[in-house]
Amino acid sequence: MKESNKKAFREGLRDGLPIGLGYLAVAFSLGITARVSGLNWFQAFLASATSYASAGEYAGFTVIGSGGTYLEMALMILIANCRYMLMSAALSQKLSPDMPYYHRFLLATHVTDELFGINISRQGRLVPDYDYAAFLASGPAWAVGTAVGVIAGNVLPDRVVSALSVALFGMFIAIIIPPTKKSKVIAGIVLVSFALSYASGKVPYIRDLSSGVRIIILTVAIAAVAAVLFPVKDENPPEKEKEGEDER
Amino acid sequence: MKGNIYIYILIMGVVSYLIRMLPLTLIKKEISNRFIRSFLFYVPYATLAVMTFPAIIEATKSPISGALALAAGIILSLIGANLIQVAGACCAVVFIAELIIK
Repeated sequence: MKESNKKAFREGLRDGLPIGLGYLAVAFSLGITARVSGLNWFQAFLASATSYASAGEYAGFTVIGSGGTYLEMALMILIANCRYMLMSAALSQKLSPDMPYYHRFLLATHVTDELFGINISRQGRLVPDYDYAAFLASGPAWAVGTAVGVIAGNVLPDRVVSALSVALFGMFIAIIIPPTKKSKVIAGIVLVSFALSYASGKVPYIRDLSSGVRIIILTVAIAAVAAVLFPVKDENPPEKEKEGEDER
Repeated sequence: MKGNIYIYILIMGVVSYLIRMLPLTLIKKEISNRFIRSFLFYVPYATLAVMTFPAIIEATKSPISGALALAAGIILSLIGANLIQVAGACCAVVFIAELIIK
């Protein structure tokens, strides 16, 4: 390993460790959802180790819990993880054009809000050793935390489980709310989404659809209407990068 | 339909991976279609908001404590708290609220 790569690796460990600590708490909350949906600790561990996505896994567990079809699962993950497609697209602009494909395949295993954020906020091209170190320091905590959440969810008092179950929603809130200060459109999207999501659970016929299908329909409809009414400006990359940085 | 749990997990993993891998390997230039770019930009906000409410008030033992956690999370996010602080505060609010309510 070259000296500059060693330095990048150390910096990656340093930046990844606090992310891992945060993951433990949120993954624990996700484990509670996994348990409610009928997964055992090993299945939850496997799902977290292979999917490595908070909202995506939460959405996937609700599909499992409601006995949805495999197609519904695939669509659900596509929608819930759509932002990772966006982040990967943004990250692709930061890769050296001659970066070998094996690095690209490895990077793709762990594009998350936080790792995207720290990579995109660094100067210059993405350094694989930095990213891998940050992933090594944070990734295992995610899978272990989920498994512990399933086990501890059986042991802890109801009141503690009830409190911890909102950690995941707290994380979602921390992602969607800060940008509403800068963008009225995003603020409108959040409010409309809250209102329609609530209404869709009450309206006859629509409320009979599984929650997964309702989330897919509402997301596509709301984002499509917003895209037609308020198309994003042409200087696009800075907006994407800001989104990642704000989440840290 | 009630599927096999390992097939569900397999689908989750494969789709999650493809979503991240395809842009990293295929995109050489910026996406130019304005509608697609706008749609992709707005999807995260819509989907996370839809998943958060009303699920947050249904996850807790009392809907009131969930609603308080939502309010606390929004206020803290607006004044600049980070992700972990917001998640921790939401948990604390539910715990304290349910001590008082019960």
